[in-house]
Amino acid sequence: MTSDLSRRRLLFGGAAVSAGVLLAGCTSNEQSPTEAQTKAAANNANTEPGKKVTIGFSAPAADHGWIAAITNNAKAQAGAYGDVELKSVEAGADAAAQRAALSTLISQKPDVIVLLPHDGKELNAFGLEAMKAGIPVVNLDRAFPDPKAYRLQIKGDNYGMGVAAATYIAEQLKAKGVSNPVIGEIPGIESLELTQERSKGFADTLASYGLKVANRRPAEFTVDSGQQAATGLFQALPKIDAVWNHDDDQGIGVLAAVNQANRKEFFMVGGAGSKKAMEDIAADNTVLKATVTYSPSMASSAISLARLIGQGKGMSDLVELQVPKEIVLSSETITKQNSGDYLKLGF
Amino acid sequence: MSDVTDTKLPAQSPPVDRAETAKADAAARLSWWRGDGGEGAKRNLGLLATLVVLVVIGILTRPDLYGDPNWVWGNTLTILKLASVVGVVTVGMTFVIIGGGIDLSVGAIVALAGVWSTTLATQSYGAGGMIFSALTVGLAVGVVNGLLISYGRLVPFIATLAMLVAARGLAAEISDKQTQVSTSSFINGIATTKVLGIPLLVYILVAVVAAGWVLLNRTTFGRRTVAVGGNPEAARLAGINVRRHTVLLYALSGLCCGIAAVMLTAQATSAQAAMANLYELDAIAAAIIGGTLLSGGRGTIIGSLLGVIIFSTITNLFAINNLSAEAQNMVKGGIIVAAVLVQQVQFRSLTQFLARNRATTT
Repeated sequence: MTSDLSRRRLLFGGAAVSAGVLLAGCTSNEQSPTEAQTKAAANNANTEPGKKVTIGFSAPAADHGWIAAITNNAKAQAGAYGDVELKSVEAGADAAAQRAALSTLISQKPDVIVLLPHDGKELNAFGLEAMKAGIPVVNLDRAFPDPKAYRLQIKGDNYGMGVAAATYIAEQLKAKGVSNPVIGEIPGIESLELTQERSKGFADTLASYGLKVANRRPAEFTVDSGQQAATGLFQALPKIDAVWNHDDDQGIGVLAAVNQANRKEFFMVGGAGSKKAMEDIAADNTVLKATVTYSPSMASSAISLARLIGQGKGMSDLVELQVPKEIVLSSETITKQNSGDYLKLGF
Repeated sequence: MSDVTDTKLPAQSPPVDRAETAKADAAARLSWWRGDGGEGAKRNLGLLATLVVLVVIGILTRPDLYGDPNWVWGNTLTILKLASVVGVVTVGMTFVIIGGGIDLSVGAIVALAGVWSTTLATQSYGAGGMIFSALTVGLAVGVVNGLLISYGRLVPFIATLAMLVAARGLAAEISDKQTQVSTSSFINGIATTKVLGIPLLVYILVAVVAAGWVLLNRTTFGRRTVAVGGNPEAARLAGINVRRHTVLLYALSGLCCGIAAVMLTAQATSAQAAMANLYELDAIAAAIIGGTLLSGGRGTIIGSLLGVIIFSTITNLFAINNLSAEAQNMVKGGIIVAAVLVQQVQFRSLTQFLARNRATTT
């Protein structure tokens, strides 16, 4: 009975994967990858056209696929509603430039502001100011420390990413019966709080299984730094059982290094959930066997929720009359089995 | 530098006795060689000693790894491979610095050339088109740098700083801030191909270093570079077209960046606007610890190469001992300061020696 079930699941998974691959084959050259990451107005009490809402939006200039996806998703989601007008200002190079850009945004009198700050701590004061002026602020991803500075905070779970990656690795190693496994880690930019949180989640969870990281070589979220960091890791550890690479973008470089060093003895878990990583996982012909999500689809959700806040509505499935104050996305583990479902969320 | 003008001047004054002038010329050239060779060789020995110390530290800290000859050989090749991209950039940088300039835009040029060569449009022309566009973009940006500096009279620091920002901006624009994956198996194969057990990347590094060495030490171009960097006014009076030479130096640096872009794209199997981050600092630091004088007029290609290899050996040493990147950067900074201090001490003792000499002769 159970074997039957699992076979059915496998079949279904296989069908889903191949459909996903087909889909990717058709869409991979499209310029706007974001359509799938927005929820178009469907049959749902919340999506019925309501009061017109002007949403001000600001995110740092994209220098990375993930940030680019954030801005694209926000724009696409706003476009899906007939009653939302999005006023977007690019944030410039740093927190000061973003503050200046935001002051021009305020003068356009938006109903709600959606803000992915350069640095949550530095822009906390702006959040307070806007809230005092009666404009609700939706704080996206990089958190304001002061709860008075935002109406809604929606963010990814960095610590949870580490937990998810470590759990997958530990369970896989246990299933394989590896004793004293050698685990490597390739984090992103070390000085960022998000990197430290991810690594802490990873280390804490491994420790609960009695495991630890043998070597950690930080990269810089770029492909070439990923390649170099991985090369260093391979020199240090002649035999590896598992690797967690924090970021799928730098993972392209890591996989290149795997290929160049001809190291196939381990399995790797990625991070963030890029389309390329999901395709690799589905194809199952590299060491990349899973990735833990940190999805830029949160920008789409932020716009939807900002609209509800602007219209004074709650989330229709919940009992509360208003949108909650904090939403933390859970970091999900994508493997070959479910990659078909997630492919549409890849960036 | 003054040696160069000395050797130039007798050649230009009307020959009284041809044989005598030729002899003097030959002697002057010989002394120029001997002097340069002696000083450079001594410094390079110092760098080699530093390398040996680093390897010994490696052996002491990880005897388990160093006990395996296969691992040691593979690790040596890895260090050289790691050094190859920055090494190629550093060769161009060494020429620019010897010529009295500085090129802060090298990392940005590598990124721009890499991104340009991996756009879907360029990739449709195949590997040849990709390599051609990377080299052309590198060369063209270098020429623009050179024209701005020599004919636009911009300070090299400012001109190349502006180029750093602009080229990265253009790279981000072209790539639409996305990572561009290279699908060319030929390009990606550059990083995996081995000839006689040695990676192709190492051959490219050796070829560029050899070409740079010949260009600097065995051609008029090289001697002009030293002359222009040592004393531009004297070089101009000696009949060197200083402006044109400056353009050529930056073009050379740009071309090296183009080559490096192909190598880096091959290694990462992709390109993006943020790649080759801070390579300008790596290249300048390597040139300086290799004995290139930041004010121009002096420097060696071999010294720069050793500088790059020392840095990649340090990176490797920290990797195999699982030490943090912060500590690694502090050590790198310390080595740069130490190298410059040693240079200054040498230079000071040299000037003191000269002053004492002059005092005894008068």
